[in-house]
Amino acid sequence: MRLIKEKTNIDFLSRGRRNIAVGFSILIVVVSLVSLSMRGLNLGIDFTGGILLEVGYPQDADLSGIRNKLDVAGFDESIVQAFGNTTDVLVRLGPQPGKDSTEIRDRLFAVLSGGDSRVDLRRVELVSAQVGEELTEQGGLAMIFALTMIFVYVMFRFQWKFAAGAVAALFHDVIVTVGFFSFTQISFDLTVVAAVLAVIGYSLNDTVVAFDRIRENFTKLRGVSAEESMNVSVNEMLARTIITGVTTLVVLIALLTLGGESVGPFSIALIVGIVVGTYSSIYTASATALMLHVNAQDLMPPEIDPDAIDDLP
Amino acid sequence: MNRYPAWLNALVFTLLMVGILVALPNVYGTAPAVQLAQREGVAFDEQRVERVGQVLERADISFEEIYLKDGRIVVRFASLDKTPSAAATQSSSSENSQSVQQNARELLMGRFETDTNVALTEASRMPEWLRNMGLEPMSLGLDLRGGVYVLLEVDMDSAITARLAAYEQDFDARIRAEKIRPRVELDGQQVNVRLRTAEEMERAREIVREADPELIILDGADGKSLRVRMSETQIKARQDFAIEQNMTTLRNRVDQLGVAEPLVQRQGVSRIVVQLPGVQDPNALKNILTATATLEFRMVDTDGTSPGSRRYPGVPGVQGQILKREVIASGDQIVDASAGFSEGSPAVFITLDAVGGERMLANTMANLRKPMSSVFIETKRTPINLPDGTTSYRTVRTEEIINTATINGVFKDSFVTTGLNPVEARDLALLLRAGALAAPVFQIEDRTIGPTLGQDNIDAGFKAVQIGFLAVIAFMAFYYRGFGLVANVALFSNLIFIAALLSLLQASLTLPGIAGIVLTVGMAVDANVLIFERIREELSAGSTVQNAIHSGYEKAFSSIADANVTTLIAAIVLFAFGTGPIKGFAITLSLGIITSMFTSIVGTRAIVNLMFGGRRLDKLPI
Repeated sequence: MRLIKEKTNIDFLSRGRRNIAVGFSILIVVVSLVSLSMRGLNLGIDFTGGILLEVGYPQDADLSGIRNKLDVAGFDESIVQAFGNTTDVLVRLGPQPGKDSTEIRDRLFAVLSGGDSRVDLRRVELVSAQVGEELTEQGGLAMIFALTMIFVYVMFRFQWKFAAGAVAALFHDVIVTVGFFSFTQISFDLTVVAAVLAVIGYSLNDTVVAFDRIRENFTKLRGVSAEESMNVSVNEMLARTIITGVTTLVVLIALLTLGGESVGPFSIALIVGIVVGTYSSIYTASATALMLHVNAQDLMPPEIDPDAIDDLP
Repeated sequence: MNRYPAWLNALVFTLLMVGILVALPNVYGTAPAVQLAQREGVAFDEQRVERVGQVLERADISFEEIYLKDGRIVVRFASLDKTPSAAATQSSSSENSQSVQQNARELLMGRFETDTNVALTEASRMPEWLRNMGLEPMSLGLDLRGGVYVLLEVDMDSAITARLAAYEQDFDARIRAEKIRPRVELDGQQVNVRLRTAEEMERAREIVREADPELIILDGADGKSLRVRMSETQIKARQDFAIEQNMTTLRNRVDQLGVAEPLVQRQGVSRIVVQLPGVQDPNALKNILTATATLEFRMVDTDGTSPGSRRYPGVPGVQGQILKREVIASGDQIVDASAGFSEGSPAVFITLDAVGGERMLANTMANLRKPMSSVFIETKRTPINLPDGTTSYRTVRTEEIINTATINGVFKDSFVTTGLNPVEARDLALLLRAGALAAPVFQIEDRTIGPTLGQDNIDAGFKAVQIGFLAVIAFMAFYYRGFGLVANVALFSNLIFIAALLSLLQASLTLPGIAGIVLTVGMAVDANVLIFERIREELSAGSTVQNAIHSGYEKAFSSIADANVTTLIAAIVLFAFGTGPIKGFAITLSLGIITSMFTSIVGTRAIVNLMFGGRRLDKLPI
């Protein structure tokens, strides 16, 4: 069975189409950056520091009642929200400089439970502002480090113009995915950073597969413009791009709908990232390489070691 | 063409069989159990196993299995059909079985209290022959089994200050012994020694150098005083000591609390990570971890004439007293303590070590009919807001009298103190038994997952894997027919290999880890999609069937390798930078990438070769 015609010949990369795509990419990147600078991210307590309690009530939770009780007890800055179902409640409090956080945790739970022993303290997260800062720093470092290593690898395996294209695509994916979190104000926590890094891996996977085919066609299709042979390559890989995208999205949708509330933001980051990543490996990566005037001479293929298969784990 | 040599087929088959065997323990699920460990890490023998079994049988506590594992005794109770995937519905029967587990723990604790710690745990229901091979199921992370992750910061400044305070007393005593009267004071990170003349200062310098040649001695501005500081190496040594000592104490406390498989680990210069899986009542436990409560015994200065006496407040309901400077016995001389009742009120029964016992004996003989106070000491860190908006912390030591009693008879190493409520008495006894912290510790990060959420996470996670997996399998079989089935076999073996490797490495499986597996399932088919699409291309370009298979695998390889290496880079970066749950994701993602390369390239090729290789075929089911 085939989803896609055996031989497609869609014009992805002619100058006109390319300009539209580049324009669109620039637009969404700019929108993301604007949103990031205006609205910022709804950072989870992993980064801001603070206290988070997940409490399970034996009956449906009365959110406004809980808010009132917390106001009265002096926790008027706390954020109360339903979590996953009607009986579970998430209460979040920012960092409390000048107060003993473990004591606040105990007091918060006392207020929430009202002494009812059936109220279940399902989860506590307490992160000091200092640890939050460190985690933010580590997350940022991890991204920069991953991007650098990948740039070096692609440069080594292909050529700098492709590496630039690949990394441009990755920046594009990361900015748009993070921008999506800024725009929707979905909680951005440590697991989302992990998801964004996984998106980097996935999107690159896509880009590299496309580049591999482009390289092959550059040497195979002599006398054809770079633009045309890239277009042929993208068409040839179209079935694979879509099928892999679809299977991955299917499992991620299963994770989003069945995996429980706490992997929600994580799944959303991956879903957005994979959609954007698929688009960018067709457009951003190839278009960047084309803009840098990539040509067949750039790509006299580095010999692939035929024994490599034995060396791989 | 398209034939694997026999050895390669055999290798693929053997690896798969080994994978299945190693992954097998995961199939059986777990059941509540208790684990007995001998203090000081000594291994139990078969004799003790028998005795434990008899004790339980006599008390009519039925168990399914009792065995020795790594020198510890594990007693597993009736299972509840609690496989990792299906559970939660059985809450009522699980309460029952938990109480069996609790009863057994209490019984065994009472019976073997002198040398044994009894912990509640979960034990695998795998058959004996598997266990004897040393195989184990995957270990579940805290977010899946419930538990506590606490990051503690050790207050290094107080560790140094405590050492300097000891120097302060030591210098004072030594200099006085030379008939010089100095003024010795602790001043931040140094000890100031003030004297009356320059000659005295020179003499004092010698005494200090004699006391500890490594100390740095600086002259004071007035020519009559010395400033004594610890050298860098001493500070470093002291900090290391404080951390090591604290880790030992924390381990003791955790063991006493009955937590199986605790993890106490140093992180960086001044931090300690404590992980306590499967804890039922996390909050009570966390307060014990950071507690610094200890006791001191001092005589009451009845006529108020002894030098250095000062007033101590009492806890609510107890009168404050003026107490003498001299400490008769303190917490670090206590070798055993237990909570109970004395004359109807909660009490702590205390046993001192030999030195403490001797001092107590001498003191009680000399001070019959005079009052002695028990001082309860607690160190707390209170935050202070600084003007620039940041927060600093000040360590405050509170010392309060819990009781004052007249010495009515001579005693030495064992006695009773009262004046606390039952919970305080129980906690204090535990803390005294486990030893004091060398420096106060403070929680800077705390992630606690209650047991119910843990179970929910497991259920949700496994469901997502199941459904995602089924959807992908259905799609592949539908889209690539025969070859799709081959890819599905590879996908399934991939799951087995991931489970096997996780079991072998005993790396914790976390919820993000499950997400990593889900993602791998989605991405693992990519390699097969690349290969199959390539074979289709080759076929439509007019290649023969055998050539198409051959070049399909051949040509897709470099794409697959590049694609996987780049994802692996991201996963390794995640592993290097990530903490806790993120690491779990990185581990399953990297393992999944590696195993999927094997199953989707070598594995599927082996099957394809067996089915289609070397035959004259006109078309392929692809």
